[in-house]
Amino acid sequence: MNELILARWQFGITTVYHFLFVPLTLGLSVLVALMEINFVRTGKEIYKQMAKFWGKLFLINFAMGVVTGIVQEFQFGMNWSGYSRFVGDIFGAPLAVEALAAFFIESTFIGIWVFGWDRLSPKMHAAAICLVAFAANLSAFWILVANSFMQSPVGYAVRNGRAEMTDFFALLQNPHVWYQFPHTVLSGFTTAAFFIMGISAYHLIRKKNPDFFRRSFRLGVIFGTISLLLVMGIGHLQGQYLSKTQPMKMAAAEALWESADPAPFAAVALINEEKQTNTVSIEIPKLLSFLTYNTFDGEVKGMKELQKGYEAQYGPGNYIPPVIPVFWSFRLMVGAGGIMLLLALFGLYSWKEGKLENRSGYLKVMLWAIALPYIANTTGWLMTEIGRQPWIVQGLQKVEAGVSPTVSAGEVLATLIGFTLLYGVLAAADIYLLKKYAQAGPEGTILERHSGTSLKEESLWI
Amino acid sequence: MDLNILWFILITVLFIGFFLLEGFDYGVGILLPFLGKNDTERRLVINTIGPVWDGNEVWMLTAGGAIFAAFPNWYATMFSGFYLALFLILAALIVRGVAFEFRSKDRNPLWRNSWDWAIFAGSAIPALLWGVALTNLLQGLPVNARMEYAGSFWDLLSPYTLVGGLTSLWLFLLHGSTFLALKADEPVAGRAGKIAGKTGMIGLPVMLLYIVLSFVRTDLLAKTGAGVVMIASFAALAAVVFTLRRSLWGRAFAANGLTILLSTVAVFWGLFPRVIVSSLDPAWSLTIYNASSSPYTLKVMTIVALTLVPVVLLYQGWTYWVFRKRVTAKDLYY
Ligand code: HDD
Ligand code: HEM
Ligand code: HEM
Repeated sequence: MNELILARWQFGITTVYHFLFVPLTLGLSVLVALMEINFVRTGKEIYKQMAKFWGKLFLINFAMGVVTGIVQEFQFGMNWSGYSRFVGDIFGAPLAVEALAAFFIESTFIGIWVFGWDRLSPKMHAAAICLVAFAANLSAFWILVANSFMQSPVGYAVRNGRAEMTDFFALLQNPHVWYQFPHTVLSGFTTAAFFIMGISAYHLIRKKNPDFFRRSFRLGVIFGTISLLLVMGIGHLQGQYLSKTQPMKMAAAEALWESADPAPFAAVALINEEKQTNTVSIEIPKLLSFLTYNTFDGEVKGMKELQKGYEAQYGPGNYIPPVIPVFWSFRLMVGAGGIMLLLALFGLYSWKEGKLENRSGYLKVMLWAIALPYIANTTGWLMTEIGRQPWIVQGLQKVEAGVSPTVSAGEVLATLIGFTLLYGVLAAADIYLLKKYAQAGPEGTILERHSGTSLKEESLWI
Repeated sequence: MDLNILWFILITVLFIGFFLLEGFDYGVGILLPFLGKNDTERRLVINTIGPVWDGNEVWMLTAGGAIFAAFPNWYATMFSGFYLALFLILAALIVRGVAFEFRSKDRNPLWRNSWDWAIFAGSAIPALLWGVALTNLLQGLPVNARMEYAGSFWDLLSPYTLVGGLTSLWLFLLHGSTFLALKADEPVAGRAGKIAGKTGMIGLPVMLLYIVLSFVRTDLLAKTGAGVVMIASFAALAAVVFTLRRSLWGRAFAANGLTILLSTVAVFWGLFPRVIVSSLDPAWSLTIYNASSSPYTLKVMTIVALTLVPVVLLYQGWTYWVFRKRVTAKDLYY
């Protein structure tokens, strides 16, 4: 296997892994902050217990997000030195700002929050978690500014053999990021909402702490429904935007080989990438035109025509990304989103009716539904990134030019195995702890205390 | 002053911040299995750095990000060149970070003990390797005309660079043990004080060897200023040993901070205006000019950094103030 393939696998594995923890951090930090704000405003002990119980789960997840993020910070230099030299002038800036503006706040105030229960006033303490939630979502913004540049480059000029920044504010105003950022953040909110609903459902079935978990579920279901509607709405607009800026990605996502007017929507398709056709497909006439233009006609360009256009523009080469993964990851994301919406709406309805706790079948499903946002998040990124191939920076640099020229395949393989093993072990420990504390319920955060000690607040850490 | 120089200084400052703060974290982590004789003591040791270690680590991330933004070629050459070494550092930091969070979340002694050793290894490896890395930059790497590293992992290890690693390891150990003597309750503080005394004594010859080798193996002496600062760092270390004998922990900690600061300044001063010395041909060295970003990017980043760094210092300083008290077993509420 050559170095390029291995480096891509390594980037894919480590980044997808990082992003397993990121969405929950984005959403749960906000929800825990809301719980603690509620505690400060109402003075009701139950909200503090909620903040502590969900906060503990948050921290276990947060630790994994932090350590896997450290790898991200350095791996552009390790495996992608060609890329780093080419775009560093632009790409390094948001990364550095992310560390300066967001990571410092996040990491400093999380320490305050964990250890500061009895050293700060309740208001100050709540402010700490609000800052953490703010900074986590701010960090998402900056990293997505960087990623959006790779998808739709703006504010640059190619000089001295590299892309140089000419307008910092153009980077911030990149339309791409204004779809990507809300979509990603809201998918994080959705993730946290389903996480809370699922674990609350588990306890509601067992009728343990019903008041505590009823409240938690309610928070989750309201927050989740709103977030989902927004994610899907923005996703739709994002798709329309992409069909203008990255038409190849969207054509691949629809497995549309030939241009068509009006274009049908392929619900499922058996794709033959070699022959560049779909052996079987179930199509809904005109729907793709409608999704793209909001009217039932209009030409959508197919991959073959786009390929010709790219060849004319950039010279010979294959500009079609791997179609099968892009097509199916898009469907998995949208499908998972659809199921989640149904589940959330049904939950909302049952809640209103006051029948939530009688519907044990639904509650059981909700526990398993925790997997759905994770599927949607991962496949969303797979679509975004694989759909950009063969480019590493759309239209400016191809992936093979980005890889480090002097790092050998053996070295990449060694670290690839190393990271995979390490991440495997950590995943086991992480899941073990999450399960343990989720099952223990709110008592778990209080019980570990010996009798006879004062009623001081304990730290969530020890 | 031109912005390339300013950024070189800023990155030096970030490294100093990283070594000063994360330095004692590393030291505390290395000492954990030895100083904590039972579970309560170990938790006490960990809790001295509990609220701050993550914030300290961000100094390293920011230094990395700043190198990427201001000197992309430096970032690209250094991290692809240090490939396996950097992997070891990353793996170490990964297990260390989760270990802090996970170790006390289960009562099983095997679980706790394993994570404690993970903290030990996760602290010792980067404490050693960052010294090796900086010494390599100064000594020179086989960097070719295209700015690519043309050596192997083993080329990074030589007696000189290993002494560099030992020096950083030792300074951090000393930093951590004096920190514990200041911050932990008895009996941990007393033990830490004793270790600090011994570490200081061994540290003197290690550091001396490092300085002599630096003068022989690099062109550090070509800059009188850098040489003087290097020697001053040794004097600061001598002051550490002197204050330790009198159990003046606060002063010893400050003096050791000074040692770390001065030795970092000396190394970066010695590098200047290069960022990576090429051992193949001096003309192929990466400098603050041929490795840098465009003037526009440097300008933008300067504005961002000069506004944000003071704010960061303020709230991080406040954190240390909130957690200024000694950590006692009672704080574990357990
Ligand atoms: C949409 C959000 C998002 C995306 C796409 C990424 N990250 Fe991330 N990252 C976060 C959102 C986030 C976060 C939510 O802010 C985390 C997760 C847990 C945490 O502590 O912060 C985080 C942690 C985190 C850390 C540790 C910070 C600390 O020590 O506190 C680093 C260094 C990075 N990330 C760097 C990256 C890089 C270089 C990425 C690009 C490949 C990346 N992240 C993708
Ligand atoms: C956290 C969410 C992300 C996920 C899950 C993700 C996923 C992936 C995947 C699966 C690939 C491999 C595609 C392929 O090789 O066919 C890839 C490639 C890449 N991504 Fe992302 N990505 C994410 C965010 C980012 C961000 C934020 C950046 C930049 C700031 C980025 C930069 C890259 C680069 C440089 C590559 C090139 C390597 C390659 O093409 O294999 N990614 N990503
Ligand atoms: C009808 C529903 C949805 C539509 C139409 C939609 C649309 C899209 C599109 C077009 C992209 C590609 C963006 C790009 O390549 O730059 C994308 C990416 C993504 N999607 Fe969705 N999406 C939907 C639902 C969801 C749901 C429910 C989640 C998670 C809970 C989700 C999470 C993501 C993530 C994490 C990404 C990658 C980040 C990004 O590029 O924005 N999506 N989505």
